[in-house]
Amino acid sequence: MAVLVIAEHDNASLTDATHKTVTAAGRFGGDVDVLVAGEGAGAVAEAAAKISGVRKVLHADAAPLKKQLAEAMEALVVPMMDNYDAVFAPATTMGKNVMPRIAAKLDVMQLSDITDVQGSDTFERPIYAGNAIMTVTSGDAKKVVTVRGTAFEAAGEDGSAAVETVDLADGDLKSAFVSEEIVESDRPELTAAKRIVSGGRALGSAEEFNRVIEPLADKLGAAVGASRAAVDAGYAPNDYQVGQTGKIVAPELYIAVGISGAIQHLAGMKDSKVIVAINKDEEAPIFQVADYGLVADLFSAVPELTGAL
Amino acid sequence: MKVLVPVKRVIDYNVKVRVKPDQTGVDLANVKMSMNPFDEISVEEAVRMKEAGTVTEIIAVSIGPQQAQETIRTALAMGADRGILVKTDETLEPLAVAKILKSIAEAENPDLVILGKQAIDDDCNQTGQMLGALLGWPQGTFASEVKKDGEVLHVTREVDGGLQTVALTGPAIVTVDLRLNEPRYASLPNIMKAKKKPIDMKEVAEYDVEIANRLTVVKVTEPPVREAGEKVEDVATLVEKLKTAGAV
Repeated sequence: MAVLVIAEHDNASLTDATHKTVTAAGRFGGDVDVLVAGEGAGAVAEAAAKISGVRKVLHADAAPLKKQLAEAMEALVVPMMDNYDAVFAPATTMGKNVMPRIAAKLDVMQLSDITDVQGSDTFERPIYAGNAIMTVTSGDAKKVVTVRGTAFEAAGEDGSAAVETVDLADGDLKSAFVSEEIVESDRPELTAAKRIVSGGRALGSAEEFNRVIEPLADKLGAAVGASRAAVDAGYAPNDYQVGQTGKIVAPELYIAVGISGAIQHLAGMKDSKVIVAINKDEEAPIFQVADYGLVADLFSAVPELTGAL
Repeated sequence: MKVLVPVKRVIDYNVKVRVKPDQTGVDLANVKMSMNPFDEISVEEAVRMKEAGTVTEIIAVSIGPQQAQETIRTALAMGADRGILVKTDETLEPLAVAKILKSIAEAENPDLVILGKQAIDDDCNQTGQMLGALLGWPQGTFASEVKKDGEVLHVTREVDGGLQTVALTGPAIVTVDLRLNEPRYASLPNIMKAKKKPIDMKEVAEYDVEIANRLTVVKVTEPPVREAGEKVEDVATLVEKLKTAGAV
């Protein structure tokens, strides 16, 4: 048996999500190969070769693969699947965008956002925003799987796999990359952060959100998150959003500031190791999952906390 | 432009989901059902494009039980022109749904299929992309902005690090994310008008599509419950607790 793992990267560096996906693929069984598809991503292929447990790295270098758009990835991966029993990718916006196209072309049902691998045909995945956990077996000949990163440890980096080249066949692609606005930040990436400070609607404005949340995050070296309510209200950008419709996180410390704790938010953070909630409403549902709850006015409590750390 | 908008009937997003004691699924008996919230956003976008003059006709499609007709009526009340209900009492997987939608797209020849990025019941996030692959159409998933620019559709996408814009040529698939728009409430006169709009009733068997499920559910269980911890008196106590726990 053999599994292909699609690497997540920006042509310069590999994300941690790839290492976690390799761990999940290892549980499936068989040899694990990693596909690095990009443009000028040689350094990424070298980095992927170091991931523990990888048999070989397949490096595809072509202009249409630069942003890993779905159509180009479909054209690259589908022919490769003759040699594999499964293809795994992280359940990031890349994996979610690309994988169902590959599944449809292979005429198989994808297994989305899995949190456990139990042998070569049985998987566990959350449904209803994590309010139920489903165990399913797939009867398809090939498995197409996206992996929830927070459920798996990252594979180590003591490997030395060979790097081989694969080619993208010429074809007419009907989608093209135009532009992107990637948020530049010195902070850790949300899904990889060890500590997260998240703000909710109680912050009241974008100015207050920044004034109250940022210093605490700076002090802790934490990433900044937000509830959907805060994002909808325009206090924080959408890529800060933690929850069912945003990012799923599981840091060692999660501080929820002025977040009531709607089900859809809890779905995104309840696997955090230590949860702190600061909210002036003592009935707020967030307190039901918090290890430490502080019923207080956030505008005085958070600066005090920042000062005390 | 002619637009196809698939809509799914799901458990209402406000309802607390309960897992059945026999672990076969979640309890849907006597539970309020509504249109999938992401699909409301796709209907709204289609209606706005029609109001702006870029769209001429909106067809709402649902594949599900007889009651999914209500979901189509909601789309019609929001501004869709006509509906197609493909009736089935089976719970179809995204692959089967995509195959049926492909048949409908081939019959209706839309310029755009606009769908919710995921349904809030199975959280699969697959149908739009699968339909794109089956039709050989380009896709713009997780859209926060959709702009028609001559023959090209510009779609701005919510990606992990921020925003990405792609250009799609020819008939295309768009799946929508939360910030694209805020769906309207249908007004009473529009709800009344929607009752007169046509819905074409079909059976799954009328489509030459293999719909058997590929996945077998072994069990559905409750997630592990996280125990509530303790309330602390003040900031000083919180800091002390966090230090003791090694969290800071």
